[in-house]
Amino acid sequence: MTGVIASIIDGVLVGAVYGLAAMGLTLIWGVMNVINLTHGAMIVLGMFALYFLASAVGLPPYGAVPVTIVIGFVVGVLVYWIAVHRVVGRAHLMSLLSTFSMNMVLIGLGTALFSTSPYNVPVPLPGVTWEGYTFTGTHIMAAILALLIAGLLYLLLYRTRVGKAIRAVADNREAAELNGIPTTQVLSFAFGLGAALASVSGTLIATLFPFTVLSGGAYELKSFVVTVLGGLGNPAGALMGGVALGLIEGIATPFMPVSWTPIIEFLLFIAVLILFPRGIFAFTRFS
Amino acid sequence: MAAHKSFQGATEAAALKSKEYRGVSPIIWHIWRRPFTWLIALVGLAFALLPALGDNVQLRESLLLAAVYITLASNLNIVLGYTGYVNFGNIVFFGLGGYICVYLVSEWLWPLSAAALIAGISVSLLALIFGLGILRLRGAFFALATIGVNEAVKAFVSNFEPWGGATGIYLSLEVYEPLGGPRQALWTVYFLIVAVMTGSLFLSYAIKSSKFGLGLLAIGENEDAAAVLGVHTPLYKALAYSVSAFLPAIVGGLFFFKTGIIEPGGAFDLTRSIETIVMVMLGGLGTVTGAALGAFLYEELRGVLLTTEAFSHFQLVIAGLLLLGIVLFAPGGLMGFIYGRWPRVRRLLA
Amino acid sequence: MTALLEVTGISKRFGGLQAVHDLSLTVLDGEILGLIGPNGAGKSTVFNLINGVYPPDKGRIVFKGQDITGEPPYRIARHGLARTHQIVQPLVGMTVLENCTVGACFGRAHLPLGPAREVVREAAEIVGLTDRLDDLAGQLTTAGKKRLELARALSARPELLLLDEVLAGLNPTEIERMITVIRRIRDGGIAILMIEHVMRAIMSLSDRIVVLNLGGKLAEGTPREIASNPDVIAAYLGEPEPTAASRGV
Repeated sequence: MTGVIASIIDGVLVGAVYGLAAMGLTLIWGVMNVINLTHGAMIVLGMFALYFLASAVGLPPYGAVPVTIVIGFVVGVLVYWIAVHRVVGRAHLMSLLSTFSMNMVLIGLGTALFSTSPYNVPVPLPGVTWEGYTFTGTHIMAAILALLIAGLLYLLLYRTRVGKAIRAVADNREAAELNGIPTTQVLSFAFGLGAALASVSGTLIATLFPFTVLSGGAYELKSFVVTVLGGLGNPAGALMGGVALGLIEGIATPFMPVSWTPIIEFLLFIAVLILFPRGIFAFTRFS
Repeated sequence: MAAHKSFQGATEAAALKSKEYRGVSPIIWHIWRRPFTWLIALVGLAFALLPALGDNVQLRESLLLAAVYITLASNLNIVLGYTGYVNFGNIVFFGLGGYICVYLVSEWLWPLSAAALIAGISVSLLALIFGLGILRLRGAFFALATIGVNEAVKAFVSNFEPWGGATGIYLSLEVYEPLGGPRQALWTVYFLIVAVMTGSLFLSYAIKSSKFGLGLLAIGENEDAAAVLGVHTPLYKALAYSVSAFLPAIVGGLFFFKTGIIEPGGAFDLTRSIETIVMVMLGGLGTVTGAALGAFLYEELRGVLLTTEAFSHFQLVIAGLLLLGIVLFAPGGLMGFIYGRWPRVRRLLA
Repeated sequence: MTALLEVTGISKRFGGLQAVHDLSLTVLDGEILGLIGPNGAGKSTVFNLINGVYPPDKGRIVFKGQDITGEPPYRIARHGLARTHQIVQPLVGMTVLENCTVGACFGRAHLPLGPAREVVREAAEIVGLTDRLDDLAGQLTTAGKKRLELARALSARPELLLLDEVLAGLNPTEIERMITVIRRIRDGGIAILMIEHVMRAIMSLSDRIVVLNLGGKLAEGTPREIASNPDVIAAYLGEPEPTAASRGV
């Protein structure tokens, strides 16, 4: 029984990272009504950033975290201007296809450069032992950092002028524009922010598991499930949804082969979309 | 209930006009005399005769692939082009149809035509049931759900032992005997695929010319307005989704029968799914000609790229850039450009 | 005169806002009922409730004796209710003809494609769009788009037409033209429920008027009664000058 509990606690820890990733996705959706299909590529970006910063530059693993935030942000802003700017406000079809095609380009380049071989970043961190089960230090650290970054995001959104501008544009872009807010710049900032969140979560995931260029897809699916659980446009809900997904995975893993995970997640995704269109955690919405 | 006087007159005129159809379905009546119908028939005939007349196996193989893609693209157009719903996971019909057909032929020793037909019908039915569920999801959610469908079905099939699990099903040469041996079978299957391709072009054209198609196009323009105007949006979307599954499932069955093996990765290849979307966008979203043209051109392009060593790694990148370029700068695709320059052509083609 | 539409005690709440509260109204066969009130009074919400865009929290909506409360919009259209929108919703990529054909094929008329074209020509003639049938809806002027909304709704051969600020954004000439069209529609036997802010139009067109304020019914009566009702004047029309009042505006 304690085995299942250990698995659950472990799942919750990883779930915090899922939540962080999903916050990036849900933020972009909430602000500009765009589903960012480069999300997976951003996660992979964060993973490889960790690898190169740790091995090539010799940075301590968790030192890469702030660097990845910056890299992710910059790449996100670039993606915004290339693929998103012209299609914001047009039919959903267009932004879906443009972000998706950007994703294809990025992953395609990644595959050409790094092939599909697995990469790994070993992070020596002592774990915590309880009742004969060890919770790896990396899991605990990842969860702590995820919550920390989520907290910083909260501060940014609710205690700074930029955050206020972002929330204003999310609420009503035209009104914000009329009030003198440079909405286009706010949009690109928000997109960069969402990408940064995805990237840094990729970095954290890379401290936990080995990865390949194609790993983004699985985590992107998880992010969508979480986003839907939390309700689109609701960052706090995304965090809770992430923990919930981690919980579910924790309960399921002892009893089910891992190749069944996509099926379970997909069914959950559909069920929540149909039964709880506003998200199960919609009550955590702030505004 | 007083009816509008002049509407009364209009309705009477309308009733008289109905009699003109003489019991033939109005759709058939409308498109029978249109030149585009003959154009489709001509294309089908060309595909069938050109390789056959010269016993040209290389041409046949090349055209076979093109025919498969034209089938996939024109059927995808029914959902993507007409209703605007992005079926990212459209390849699932192809793969599932392939599996059902191959399984029936190899395990139950069914004749090919029956197996392919049943594959088409069952996938279509599944799509209808499933569609009723996921089509209430708007725009982006629907798109994501279709990706999820594809991945989930792939994962399921990989674990499904009766269908060979992760290794798939291999067809022994015996299955080609009822068709006159492997060499003859390849020709027969080719003609069947050409028939399905021609059928797909007819189908998407017929739908576009019908009341059903008008409803779909209205949904694509403005779903809420369409509902207010009386279009039964959930049913129509589900029907479109289901209809768009039928022929791709059949062609999947035929294709994998011809190939001789089917395994999860190749059957539910998401890249191929995306490429189909690129084809439709390239040719011109919502047009019958565009879907066919886009499929043909993309297939030729792909063939060139794959043989050039330098480009084969970048297949995904190039497809991505192409799609991005189309979305940003030419969302109407080729036919959009042509119709814009020469509006008269629009009356001739569809 | 029989009641065509009976709305009884409908309410609708959106989060913290009670948009409509315990509202009842009746539209009689062949009449024009005006619906007026200050902005935010809940007028468009009432339309959306009748039309099936969302269901009421409480209350009933009965059309031609049939309970249509909470039915989806496409079913309500089939019953014989058509509606125009305050912010026009043309099917932009389609021609005027195609737009109206959608109305004819899927509304109460529910015609097949061929016969639908005939009905569309009639509707286009009534609103004055006969020359523009092959133009793309997106290329019309604002006035043209408003007329398209109307033609499209008419093509369905409805028995009740819901007009949501169909005169908004039109210049005086266009308004006059539209008023004539609306009268012609009513004379053909179609009842009309119309939301309007252009006072002289609604006063001259309506047989009766219902005044809404803060989600509830403030007053109901003939245009003359409404114009002189002190509550209505205070809430919406504004204090009239003494000379205007004595003229019975």
